[in-house]
Amino acid sequence: MTDSFVFKGRAWVVGDDIDTDMIYHGSYLPLTDPQEMAKHALEYVPGMEDFTDRVQPGDILVAGRNFGSGSSREHAVITLQYNDVAAIVAESFSRIFYRNAVNLGFPILEVAGVTRAVETGDELEVDANTGRICNLTKGTEVQGTPLSGLEKEIMTSGGLFNFLKKDMQTAE
Amino acid sequence: MGQTFAQKVLARKAGLREVEPGQIVTVQPDKLLTHDNTAAIARIFREIGVEKVARPEISVIVLDHVVPAATEGHARNHQQIREFVREQGIASFYDVGEGICHQVLPEKGHALPGYLIVGSDSHTPTHGAFGAFAAGIGRTEAAAVMATGEIWLMVPHTFRISIEGQLQKEVYAKDIILYIIGELGADGADYRAVEFTGPVVGELTVASRMVLCNMVAEMGAKIGVAEPDDKTRAWLNGRSVAGFQEVFADPDASYERVIEYDVSGLLPQVAKPHTVDNVVPVTEVLGTRIDQAFIGTCTNGRLEDFRVAAQILGGGNIAPNTRLLILPASREVLLAAVAEGTLTELITAGAVVLNPGCGPCLGAHQGVMAPGEVTISTANRNFKGRMGCKEAQVYLASPATVAASARAGEIVDPREFL
Repeated sequence: MTDSFVFKGRAWVVGDDIDTDMIYHGSYLPLTDPQEMAKHALEYVPGMEDFTDRVQPGDILVAGRNFGSGSSREHAVITLQYNDVAAIVAESFSRIFYRNAVNLGFPILEVAGVTRAVETGDELEVDANTGRICNLTKGTEVQGTPLSGLEKEIMTSGGLFNFLKKDMQTAE
Repeated sequence: MGQTFAQKVLARKAGLREVEPGQIVTVQPDKLLTHDNTAAIARIFREIGVEKVARPEISVIVLDHVVPAATEGHARNHQQIREFVREQGIASFYDVGEGICHQVLPEKGHALPGYLIVGSDSHTPTHGAFGAFAAGIGRTEAAAVMATGEIWLMVPHTFRISIEGQLQKEVYAKDIILYIIGELGADGADYRAVEFTGPVVGELTVASRMVLCNMVAEMGAKIGVAEPDDKTRAWLNGRSVAGFQEVFADPDASYERVIEYDVSGLLPQVAKPHTVDNVVPVTEVLGTRIDQAFIGTCTNGRLEDFRVAAQILGGGNIAPNTRLLILPASREVLLAAVAEGTLTELITAGAVVLNPGCGPCLGAHQGVMAPGEVTISTANRNFKGRMGCKEAQVYLASPATVAASARAGEIVDPREFL
């Protein structure tokens, strides 16, 4: 990976089991414009109702266990991407959310213990290449599991879409 | 070393002798399931720049999420899907009214033992009840499967869950799986394959095995599977046109966890708002007032579910100020329930019958709730806002518990109606 996979930004910390209805509610599924989808990010997460008003480009979402559980809806990734959230760091991800993030080229990182190490508003440096998280506010570090192999290739291509295009061009 | 079910299916599909958990393989699925999200998937497919779907014969498209269309937006969406189906020559297309994808696939012979099925719906593991490896995927990768005919999958670790003992009367597969999810937690089987085994699984009907496999998604699992047996073969007999090869885990397969549950003393279970793992015995929520009761969905919308409901209502009526919604999972189920009179009994008792589809389960239409209202449902999710309103509450239970509660106007123990 390149330096473009190192992110510096403010943290937003949410809890465990943040499901896809909380991230992007089912009633907005008919929306197709990502900018419109972006208006409803985290709307059903208690305490995060005004997230879309306050989030700044480059902010980093820090979540507990099982982030993105529930539906297979890709909107849950897109809504965060289009708020210019730089990356999601979670104790663990639900598997379809994880796949969707990889396939949409959205940087994610599994880091055990991260919710104990970070508070909302802390300044973080996330290195998706090495899996290292530096909490610049607290002067602490935590180590996560970086992507590898095919997942990493897809992610660094900017997602499955670009990965396939590249693949097909090579094939031609 | 022996191989688990997941290892064997994925190794075969990847053309390898064996595969290890954690390994990523590229495989050609036997079926690709998509539903109302096919319009969005088709848009991504077109953007990839491929003209024709690589393997149209594996594509199965079922309109089920918001059917018939609730708004012009939904109608346009359905229209785009019908156009895509025509343009691409996709034969296995099931339009409005056929049923929920997870019921229609097996009924039409698309979910077979040993098959590798991927679907752009999180409850795709339902098809594991037929001995298939069936996993949910996202939209972009569904479009990629259309473009290439292939997908990357990680070989999962496996939990083997053995269900032992003897179920009490009025305790069902739904109670078993709610109990297990309560024990393991909403992420208790993240990324894992779950093999269901043991005498109780053997005794369950195929429809009940579908309940177990359907709900593994609620503990994060990639797939759930029940071994095919004579019941599976009898169920599939006459439906399937394609040949299939049953796959069984090796007796010496290596499991990450082997868990045994003795369900002999299991009480009817209820998942309280707003997470599926918030599970308690029904005895802890007795007397909770309800406004609406809902029997249906890909979890519990089959003939055996409506029979139990009719039996519990026993010719009586539902409670005043209570609504009972009935939603057969497919046209086939609906016709059978009509033919044997079960539906007549339920309608007479005061139920509202909805057309086959996902209906109220995802809160997009039909039976949407108001603030402060409570529904007890046979569905698989009770997330905040799931049935369309943030300030409403959803309890999950078996069809017996839901029917008994509809009769009483509050949550009750279905064993009272024995």
